[in-house]
Amino acid sequence: MGEIKVKEKDIVVPGDILATGMDCLPSYGTYRLGDDIRAARLGLAKVEGKVVKITSLSGRYIPKRGDTIIAKIYDVIMSGWLLDTNSAYHAMLGMKEATSRFIQKGADLTRIYALGDYVVCKITNVTSQKLVDVSMRGPGLRKLEGGRMIEVNTHKVPRIIGKDGSMVTMIKNATNCRITVGQNGLIWVSGEPDMENIAIQAIQKAEAEAHTGGLTDRIKGFLDKNIPKEAQEKNKAKAQQESSNEEESRTFDRDNKFDRDNRFDRNNRFDRDKK
Amino acid sequence: MAYTKRIDGRKKFDELRPISAKTGIIQRANGSAMFQIGKTVAYAAVYGPRELHPKFMQNPKKGILRCYYNMMPFSGSGDRVRPGPNRRAKEISMVTEKSLLPVLDLEQFPNSVVDVFIEFPQTDAGSRCAGICAASMALADAGIPMKDLVSAVSVGRVDDKIVVDLDYSEEAYEGGPVADIPMAVIPSTGNVSLLQMDGEISKEMLIEALEIGKKKLAEIHDAQRKALKEKYK
Repeated sequence: MGEIKVKEKDIVVPGDILATGMDCLPSYGTYRLGDDIRAARLGLAKVEGKVVKITSLSGRYIPKRGDTIIAKIYDVIMSGWLLDTNSAYHAMLGMKEATSRFIQKGADLTRIYALGDYVVCKITNVTSQKLVDVSMRGPGLRKLEGGRMIEVNTHKVPRIIGKDGSMVTMIKNATNCRITVGQNGLIWVSGEPDMENIAIQAIQKAEAEAHTGGLTDRIKGFLDKNIPKEAQEKNKAKAQQESSNEEESRTFDRDNKFDRDNRFDRNNRFDRDKK
Repeated sequence: MAYTKRIDGRKKFDELRPISAKTGIIQRANGSAMFQIGKTVAYAAVYGPRELHPKFMQNPKKGILRCYYNMMPFSGSGDRVRPGPNRRAKEISMVTEKSLLPVLDLEQFPNSVVDVFIEFPQTDAGSRCAGICAASMALADAGIPMKDLVSAVSVGRVDDKIVVDLDYSEEAYEGGPVADIPMAVIPSTGNVSLLQMDGEISKEMLIEALEIGKKKLAEIHDAQRKALKEKYK
């Protein structure tokens, strides 16, 4: 009869025996050797009945379809842009996917996204050879201007975002910063300089303590301690005001960001709508 | 004069030098580790998987592994070591790579490369073994999918005694024949992924030395596992 040798949330190292016996099943991050199930990577053990898997704790980002990431433009080619995705593979942003606007034939693409710009984009396809396609047509997908970029462990991103974005919303509201978290571990923070600092510290604290419990309370405590009382009040009021305006500003953002040089912009809206 | 007592004062002929190991010591690397055995210290840093250039080196079936073994200028006990790749370092880089590849699963990263840099601030024999131990810990720390760690130690003979983990004074022993046999083993299967030899030894002694070596490697494997788990305590 099989026996599971690890407890939930045990830290396991490659080669560790997680379970013995053929009635236990290997899942993500594990493999079978003889009768044993062993760990194939460093991480936290997860036991679901007779199935054992591993949640990774470290490692670089691997592009996955459907992920929203923050990427950097590092080359401009005939048909679009090449993006650095903070992974082993670059991504391709096609002209059609870059903006809802009309781009004239032969237009200078650097006027839309220049080298070194950061953009929020969504991965639409990843091939077996890891050719990555991204799109910027969708809500919240835009070029990032100003602010600061920090890098965190991509496996800690879900913890930083929190359940339904609870953690990041809390930091946003407390510091009155705009924060965008990419699945690839890049985080953009923009606000008042000293509030940016606190937001970044809070995010880094969340990253460092991601594998421990009661994280939200500790981050809340950290924010309360570090933000002066009057600033807290002010940020709270602003956050409330902004959340009521949010929908409006989002649409505004989208309409204004792209292709400032193309005067045919507005006239060509129908071009997209027809499709 | 027979070899009756170990020169560095170790009690037994199959005793290892004191080991200390740590992971996650180099911030900017994707994974890193330090492995010290006696006076030999190895630091390993893993970068990647990352994009591989020049493009012709890319393998569309799986990622490749590149190891760099480097002794720092004053890491030896003698003269200044000229840093950078020399014939010896290139060979050791190559055997390190080959000893690690059997456990790595790089098929998930086609066209990419995993770089492992192994630096030695000080050495006292057994550096390639320390390097392999450090590198396998650093690869695990970097989250690279791998079947097992790799543990390595040198065994051999000094005069008529079989010894484990030779230091430099034993390697340079002049009172009788010496053999130095670095070996690396994959603990889960017991497969040997590195076996080299310098010196002379009989068949019987060699087999016995390898058996003792395999037993002692369990201690090294434990130290490696402990160090990896320590980071998340």
